[in-house]
Amino acid sequence: MQIFHRSTNTLSRATIYGAIFVVAALFWAAAAIQRSPYVTYAGVRRPQPVPFSHQHHVAGLGIDCRYCHTSVETSSFAGIPPTKTCMNCHAQIWTNAALLEPVRESYKSGKSLVWTRVNDLPDFAYFDHSIHINKGVGCNTCHGPVDRMPLMYNQASLQMEWCLECHRAPEKHLRPRDQVFNMRYEEPSSSKPVEVDGKEYTDQLSLGTDLVKKYKLRTVTDITSCSTCHR
Amino acid sequence: MSPTFSADRFSAIFRKSESSRARLEPRWRGESKPKDPYPTTDSSAHRGKGLCGLKACSTLAWFTILLALAGCRQDMHDQPRFKPLAESDFYSDLRSARPPVEGTVARGQLREDSYLYTGKMGNNPGDYMPFPVTTEVLARGQQRYDIYCAPCHSRVGDGNGVIPSRGFPRKPPSYHIERLRKAPLGYFFDVITNGFGSMPDYSSQIEPRDRWAIVAYVRALQLSQDATAADVPAGQKVPSEPPRFEELGSGATLPVVENKPAHEEPK
Ligand code: HEC
Ligand code: HEC
Ligand code: HEC
Ligand code: HEC
Ligand code: HEC
Ligand code: HEC
Repeated sequence: MQIFHRSTNTLSRATIYGAIFVVAALFWAAAAIQRSPYVTYAGVRRPQPVPFSHQHHVAGLGIDCRYCHTSVETSSFAGIPPTKTCMNCHAQIWTNAALLEPVRESYKSGKSLVWTRVNDLPDFAYFDHSIHINKGVGCNTCHGPVDRMPLMYNQASLQMEWCLECHRAPEKHLRPRDQVFNMRYEEPSSSKPVEVDGKEYTDQLSLGTDLVKKYKLRTVTDITSCSTCHR
Repeated sequence: MSPTFSADRFSAIFRKSESSRARLEPRWRGESKPKDPYPTTDSSAHRGKGLCGLKACSTLAWFTILLALAGCRQDMHDQPRFKPLAESDFYSDLRSARPPVEGTVARGQLREDSYLYTGKMGNNPGDYMPFPVTTEVLARGQQRYDIYCAPCHSRVGDGNGVIPSRGFPRKPPSYHIERLRKAPLGYFFDVITNGFGSMPDYSSQIEPRDRWAIVAYVRALQLSQDATAADVPAGQKVPSEPPRFEELGSGATLPVVENKPAHEEPK
């Protein structure tokens, strides 16, 4: 007795091959989700007690990052400004703005403003700002166009593959140290060369390679070894 | 005396975002794992009709479970340790870090040399630098000045910075007025440390050595507005090689600099 129709042969073969694709698709979907903003929160703006605008203060007023993030060059932690730093100006400017009420309230009561973290590495990963700044990695290489962010969001996934992508080839990203805080820095090109120590560079790779030597970077093996970031 | 960089009473708190905290919960724990991945395939194959339906069902279930797993992040992401400024619900001020006990002296902050920290000799501002001024010190001073002072005083020190133009009620005076040109170095140090009138103090943002570097640079600015490089006798306390500006705040004319120090940053 023929239970199955002949066509089921083809069908079963198709399902076997199909299964491979289904499994592959599953892996692909999992990988895609793992990298998506659903997991990494890249590009997600967080609610803040005061809608502080980097666009306004950095691009509009020309205030340097270090005016507020005072410890970024010397410690692992960039530093979040205390209320006093805002009050340097806002004790006198926009003193009636409702937006700034939490700042004034905090200044009066001495209670800290509670900002919501945007960039958050897991606790098992070690990160240090000072070394990156001192070896010529610009803020916007990692944080994106901060001077165009009315509200802060994180640009990068901050996942391990993202860190490693640079640690494997730092020369692709380095810039002269004095340009680290320049949010509008452009990589050298033949129309816009970058000058370091009297030498003009017209492409990133030759600039980067020389900076690797100048700033005495360790070897790639060194900075990609697990214990650099997991210690 | 309080240490230079203390966790002052206004320091911010830096909280983990609520949404990420929720997501960091290990969701997979409660879910029961299916025992056999393909228990339905065999039987359904012999039942004929339901073949595709059931298979699709199980695939779908797997798909969902995998997706859910992919979205999971585990315990190790949040460990019982605090990053700087992290929030803690243990203390009533919500800070995880405790302010130092009054009178604590942090490493490297023992104020042995009181002139370095006050700029005063007795009650009067002194007129000398506590350490020799080199080109490095001046370059550092320029950099720090541009960060912390230029928003209000402008890069050339004439008081026409951006902030006064946006409604800061009092315009800072130009550094190039007679009174300030004659002011002793220690006076500037004192203004940075304690503020002056409607100008806030910068003691928590700038450490003492950098304040002195700024002072040296301000003096250099004043000299540069007042003289040419050739006027400066060799061996003067504050070498007054005038800094080069590419962005003149306000039509102030500067003497032309012939040999610019090699490491001075182009701005
Ligand atoms: C006037 C003060 C001020 C200046 C100047 C400033 N910031 Fe900020 N920054 C803040 C405050 C306040 C926060 C916290 C609130 C927020 O996330 O928007 C912050 C947050 C950030 C964050 C996100 C931190 C996190 O993970 O939650 C980054 C990144 C950042 N700033 C980068 C920069 C860069 C780069 C510059 C210079 C181009 C800069 N900031 C200049 C005050 C400032
Ligand atoms: C160096 C001076 C300065 C500092 C420091 C500063 N601000 Fe401002 N801020 C301004 C000025 C000037 C304006 C108004 C700009 C204008 O009128 O164009 C402003 C505007 C604002 C506004 C409302 C306007 C808008 O469109 O965003 C908010 C909110 C604000 N600031 C928050 C803060 C917070 C929070 C801090 C502390 C982290 C801070 N500011 C530190 C100078 C400053
Ligand atoms: C190599 C990449 C990289 C560079 C360059 C970088 N950051 Fe960050 N930044 C990060 C990461 C990663 C975090 C999250 C750290 C954490 O969760 O502990 C972060 C966090 C921050 C924070 C939040 C406070 C903190 O330290 O956790 C601020 C503010 C900040 N960065 C500002 C800056 C500024 C200003 C610059 C430029 C001077 C800069 N960053 C350069 C990667 C970078
Ligand atoms: C755009 C390039 C870039 C990115 C992105 C980057 N790094 Fe780095 N990192 C560097 C460079 C350059 C150095 C300096 C290496 C040296 O000194 O030889 C460095 C050094 C380090 C060090 C060594 C610090 C020390 O004191 O030994 C650590 C840790 C580190 N990075 C962690 C991270 C982590 C974690 C991330 C991702 C969140 C990251 N980095 C992303 C460029 C980068
Ligand atoms: C440049 C810094 C860096 C180096 C080098 C590095 N890691 Fe990581 N690693 C990270 C960061 C950052 C994360 C957190 C990523 C995230 O947010 O999911 C991480 C996460 C992980 C995780 C957990 C993944 C997860 O999703 O929870 C494992 C496992 C891991 N790393 C293993 C390694 C091993 C093994 C090595 C050496 C071959 C290594 N790492 C080298 C930065 C690094
Ligand atoms: C927020 C704007 C602002 C910033 C930033 C600022 N100042 Fe001032 N400064 C003022 C104002 C306003 C005055 C006039 C105060 C008054 O007369 O009430 C002033 C006055 C002064 C005076 C003159 C005091 C006198 O005797 O008349 C000096 C010197 C001075 N500032 C130095 C500095 C230095 C050095 C810095 C950088 C560390 C700095 N200021 C940063 C706003 C600022």
